[in-house]
Amino acid sequence: MKVYVPCDSAALSVGADAVAVAITNAASSKGLDITVVRNGSRGMLWLEPLVEVETLSGRVGYSNVSVADVSALIDSGMLDGAQLPSSIGIVDEHEWLTRQNRVTFARVGISDPQCISDYESLGGWAGLRKALSMTSDAVVAEVTESGLRGRGGAGFPAGIKWKTVLNAVAEQKYICCNADEGDSGTFADRMLMEGDPFTLIEGTVIAGIAVGATRGYIYIRSEYPHAIAAMNTAIAKATENGFLGDNVDGSGKAFHLEVRVGAGSYVCGEETAMLESLEGKRGTVRTKPPLPALVGLFGKPTVINNVMTLAAVPMVLAQGSAAYQALGHEKSRGTQVFQLAGNIKQGGIVEIDFGITLGDLVDGFGAGTRTGKPIKTVQIGGPLGAYVGTEAWPTPMAYESLAATGAMLGHGGVVVFDDSINMAAQARFAMEFCAEESCGKCTPCRIGSTRGVEVIDRIVSGDEQSKNLELLEDLCEVMTDGSLCAMGGLTPLPVLSALKLFPADFNIVSGGK
Amino acid sequence: MTQFVVEDLERTLSPFRGDASAILRALHEVQGEFGFVPDSALDVIAKTCNVSRAEVYGVFTFYSDFRSTPPAACVVKVCVAEACQANGSREVVADLKAQGYDVHTGKAVDGIQVEQAFCLGNCVLGPAAFVNGQPVGRASAATLLEAAREVTAL
Repeated sequence: MKVYVPCDSAALSVGADAVAVAITNAASSKGLDITVVRNGSRGMLWLEPLVEVETLSGRVGYSNVSVADVSALIDSGMLDGAQLPSSIGIVDEHEWLTRQNRVTFARVGISDPQCISDYESLGGWAGLRKALSMTSDAVVAEVTESGLRGRGGAGFPAGIKWKTVLNAVAEQKYICCNADEGDSGTFADRMLMEGDPFTLIEGTVIAGIAVGATRGYIYIRSEYPHAIAAMNTAIAKATENGFLGDNVDGSGKAFHLEVRVGAGSYVCGEETAMLESLEGKRGTVRTKPPLPALVGLFGKPTVINNVMTLAAVPMVLAQGSAAYQALGHEKSRGTQVFQLAGNIKQGGIVEIDFGITLGDLVDGFGAGTRTGKPIKTVQIGGPLGAYVGTEAWPTPMAYESLAATGAMLGHGGVVVFDDSINMAAQARFAMEFCAEESCGKCTPCRIGSTRGVEVIDRIVSGDEQSKNLELLEDLCEVMTDGSLCAMGGLTPLPVLSALKLFPADFNIVSGGK
Repeated sequence: MTQFVVEDLERTLSPFRGDASAILRALHEVQGEFGFVPDSALDVIAKTCNVSRAEVYGVFTFYSDFRSTPPAACVVKVCVAEACQANGSREVVADLKAQGYDVHTGKAVDGIQVEQAFCLGNCVLGPAAFVNGQPVGRASAATLLEAAREVTAL
């Protein structure tokens, strides 16, 4: 009989390793024959460690299992799927999952992520095999027609980027997967790399085959040691099994893939800074043009895609562009892997068609705050995203509809705060973070962020408030218009949205401005 | 300062010989070996990668992961980014500071060094932390120091 205990690092952070050991030991001391499988996480993170037991009617889940509970749970019939206080029923029938549309995350949490035969039996490599049977142009056309857009935040159509690289003439081209998922409140890339690494490998190989690139790199931040280990192991297995190397799946086409590790720099998630870092240099931002698609890594044509973009590709190829195109909202096609985070009762991965409202995500899936206090604000799209209040609940979560409200989707992270949060502190932190992480290339970002902290402090302390408010707005305008990348360019977004929505937190005296 | 035999380090770094794009990887290699990057290792990297010491120094100082001095026996990294702020990381940082562990200075006390991190990708079960690389969720100053003392007691 199989018992599943997640190996995802979020589950590990609440004791999953020790629980797995305890279950193995308890079962053996009771003479029970079980196999403990370390699966990825289902993404219902508030239930971790979520132990699942295989039964005839499906996998029964037990939530928040601790080492101290294990023996009693087994004595009470957990291994037979008994109904116990901590049981959540058949996991696949859990409303939180049945309401979702898991496309990219279809396999995450189902089996041992490092089992390459499980991967194949769950539909893996079908997209690659399809792509290998097609011409490069046809693969790129398929991706273009699917409507797949870059999931890193900018939302640029993946197929158009690929087409540019395909048409570029060069003796070497590259695929660079951006796994520098530094935005607070985002963890989908990490969970996919830990929970279904072969999907990312497959998507990256397809990109390489499509555009004629024979080398690829996955740039993973150093804060993700488990994802780094998972990708390295999976790459070795994929190479052993002929899905990477000089002869991909017997096609005669070559694709080599390596992991590169960052070193604690947020700005390296910006694509040109990432290229610099991949070249072993300081992660300073490059000017564009030239586009990385034409002059990218080592000056060669390069596809740079986010983990979520590349991980969506196998399904697009396997099931056809029409199936993917059929999902979504307006110009945002397919599904988005939302990440519900922060002070939220039911946080985790919600993969669903674009277009779900913010309110449905936060109240429907999230069930409000963990502390039980009222929600004050949510920040969408990471540290450079806007703070919005509950008046934004009806907004459909999609690229254009969010942009129309002055917010942005970013990498799909939604961070919830209760009413104990002080928004002046959040605005100040946004500037502080920018000062800490700026690469230093653009003066408004490098110096403006430090000045921003000081100006916010003066506003809060009531020092020449109206003059300083004007100065802050002026400073934000200079940062927005005078920075090459989103670091300096978007830091004003959380700052000004916090100020606009919650002036009282800045001690703004009415009539002050 | 850690003493090392230059020839040994040159041998370790030999896959990067003549490769200017390997500076970052070489720094990781050195820090992996010693726990920090000894000043004299910068010269070995420069020679290996066939670049100037200034270039290596520039990369070394850009990335916050790299240390110029040995780490404490136990390094605790506490996430101070937004999702963990929503779950009370500011209080954790303040509580740690009250006990002598300042995330801003990272000063070691009794073999324990606490540093700040911007997002560890555990944004639901925050405040998130790593204790010598082991993820800890729903962290408090007490649970972190307890876990850290288990490490230093080894």
